Amino acid sequence: MAVPLDPHAATVTEASGVPLTTADGQPLKKALARASRKARWRAFLLVAPLLAFVVVTFVIPIGQMLHRSAHNDGFSAHMPQISAWFAETGAGTEPDESAFAALAADLQASAEERTIGIVGTRINYELSGTRSLFTSTGRKVRSGIEPPYREALLAINKDWGNPDLWTAMRNASTPYTDSFYLASLDRKRDAAGDIVQVSENRRVYVMLFLRTLWLSALITALTFLLGFPIAHLLAVLPMRKSNLLMILVLLPFWTSLLVRTTSWMVLLQQQGVVNDLLVWMGVIDNAGRLQMIYNRLGTVIAMTHILLPFMILPLYSVMRTINPSYVRAARSLGATSWTAFRRIYFPQTLPGLGAGALLVFILAVGYYITPALVGGSSGQLISNMIAEHMTGTLNWSMAAALAAILLGGVLILYWVYDRLVGIDNLKLG
Amino acid sequence: MKKTLILTTALCGMAFAAAAEEVNLLSWGGAYGNSHVEAYAKPFTAETGIAVNVADADNPATPIKAMVEAGNVTSDVASVEYADAVRLCDEGLLEDIDASILTATDDGMAATEDFIEGGVTDCFVATDVYSMVEVYDDSKFPDAKPTGPADFFDLEKFPGKRTMRKGAKFNLEFALMADGVPAAEVYDVLATPEGVDRAFAKLDSIKNDVIWWEAGAQPPQLLADGEVTMAYAFNGRIFDAVMKDGKPFKIVWDGQIYEMEGWVIPKGAPNMEEALKFIAFSTAPANQARAAEFISYGPPRKSAAALVGNIEGTEEPMGPHLPTTEANMGNALGSNLDFWVDHDSELNERFNAWLAG
Repeated sequence: MAVPLDPHAATVTEASGVPLTTADGQPLKKALARASRKARWRAFLLVAPLLAFVVVTFVIPIGQMLHRSAHNDGFSAHMPQISAWFAETGAGTEPDESAFAALAADLQASAEERTIGIVGTRINYELSGTRSLFTSTGRKVRSGIEPPYREALLAINKDWGNPDLWTAMRNASTPYTDSFYLASLDRKRDAAGDIVQVSENRRVYVMLFLRTLWLSALITALTFLLGFPIAHLLAVLPMRKSNLLMILVLLPFWTSLLVRTTSWMVLLQQQGVVNDLLVWMGVIDNAGRLQMIYNRLGTVIAMTHILLPFMILPLYSVMRTINPSYVRAARSLGATSWTAFRRIYFPQTLPGLGAGALLVFILAVGYYITPALVGGSSGQLISNMIAEHMTGTLNWSMAAALAAILLGGVLILYWVYDRLVGIDNLKLG
Repeated sequence: MKKTLILTTALCGMAFAAAAEEVNLLSWGGAYGNSHVEAYAKPFTAETGIAVNVADADNPATPIKAMVEAGNVTSDVASVEYADAVRLCDEGLLEDIDASILTATDDGMAATEDFIEGGVTDCFVATDVYSMVEVYDDSKFPDAKPTGPADFFDLEKFPGKRTMRKGAKFNLEFALMADGVPAAEVYDVLATPEGVDRAFAKLDSIKNDVIWWEAGAQPPQLLADGEVTMAYAFNGRIFDAVMKDGKPFKIVWDGQIYEMEGWVIPKGAPNMEEALKFIAFSTAPANQARAAEFISYGPPRKSAAALVGNIEGTEEPMGPHLPTTEANMGNALGSNLDFWVDHDSELNERFNAWLAG
């Protein structure tokens, strides 16, 4: 007797143990596997162009940038002989005549090739104020230097005997280094090779990371508080009115970001519209004008405004699909309107809330234009430091290390979010 | 089809030919960039027929490293501050400029002797002497007027907010001068850790009342808005606001810090020949004097100083407004190039940490 086929079974075998076959004698399992492999391959080919595009324009450039965060051959590439000496000797070895000889030869060669500035800059990252030591010594030895090299170099500048300098050079002598990551966490290696904190007045990055995460969370919460009622209103209004109001939500999106940010300057500055209005109404007096811009408050206000549509739109899309009869049923069963909202309506909006919160948070963490324009000094975020290192101090390795840590932090938060809420529970509409 | 192909190829050929005769200039924008356009770019094009394409940047020194390292150099000539030029030159990011291309004076004196000390180096040719000065809004202080650096830090006598350039350079020297250090000793003091601490402590005293500007056009805007009552800004931008917009801003020359700025050529610039022609043209004494008539930055050539006439569009002589005029050089400090080439990154890092903290 034939056993009826169960369409939900993963594998199907006869009760007698003989495996099923297809019409042309192939085992069913293999035929199924081959067919699904073909389908998967076809699907992959369809996606392949986009995948290639993303890899070439996104993954490779970002990968190269992240590579810079651990790789800086400014010293090791241009000073080969002294780097070799460092490789052969252990940490803390006193430099002897052969070390000074290698150093002198390298300085001479580097000065000839005009790369001494790059070498000096690399050491300057480790030990401040040493750039000129290299460039001025390079200028002097270019014309020639005589043994004994130790005395000659010390005569040019006694800083060549400074053990901190030799530690810095040892740290820089290998192209792969962790000093930029350590610096991003306000740490450095001392002479013995241990990790210590940098001096008090240079510690800024950990504080900025925490400030960035805290302000981004605050902005996400504010956009939720402001955006939820708006999305609800848009969702329950009839289509025509809702579309009209939707234009008002989207209009800021179409305005340039810089125009929006600078218009906040006009509104919030000390002699601006809001302050003038408050003084005119008598709420504050002329001497006590509120400081609402060029500080943390300015950053929060402007960024909340700019990121609001990113919270409203996912919430709106999800709310549109919520069936109003559930809430009505809850009310009819005796729930108060608050209980009906809390236990029936709100849980159904969670997927949209999750999507909106994720969008707003990740955007806020990386934003740098708005904090740069209206943040003043207390509203600066880590992204401003990354930009400063990219375009100001031109220390790209440091910028890459900071960006890598930011990326890592966001990925960890994303993983935590996935654990708690589940990425599959996101809905964008 | 064949006709279209030939026509388009011919047009492309023409486009290439036309593209060869141009110079890409990277300047600062605003009133200063405008002086480059009016005094150098337009007359150059009128005389030689070579087009000049002007691009703006808050600080042209910063894109140069990115351009050269990326191998995509889009500027032929850039205007940079003296210390930046030396730093970039040391790192091999600039082309050498042969001093023999520079125009001699009418009397036949060689250009290298006519320029002030340091005006011509391997990779740099000076265009003007600019100065960072203390500026105040006259209408905000009816009785006592600020007279020196110390008044900038006196929030009781001269209430209101201040605006200063975001960066360590200029601000640290200014803070020391306000703290009583004479101009001649500023860099000696600043070279010591105690001196740096002293400068930051002085800046700390007004930190909460300072708005930090990054673009040269911001200080006159902030003064005009009433956001600040005193500014520490480029003298030429303030001059422009006073002349063009009639603003009641006054410059305090006591405690000015002057520096040179000039032309550099990024390594690998696409139009080297035209760039050198442009530099030779724009650094001729007559043209430098002409540029000084648009914005109050002093010409770095001794022969040009005498040629500076009236402010463009007025009958008033430009002389008294220049930083290099005798009357304004009373307590002036020349920005020390060697100091900043060494300590630029270290002090800027400390400044950023101080600012964000």
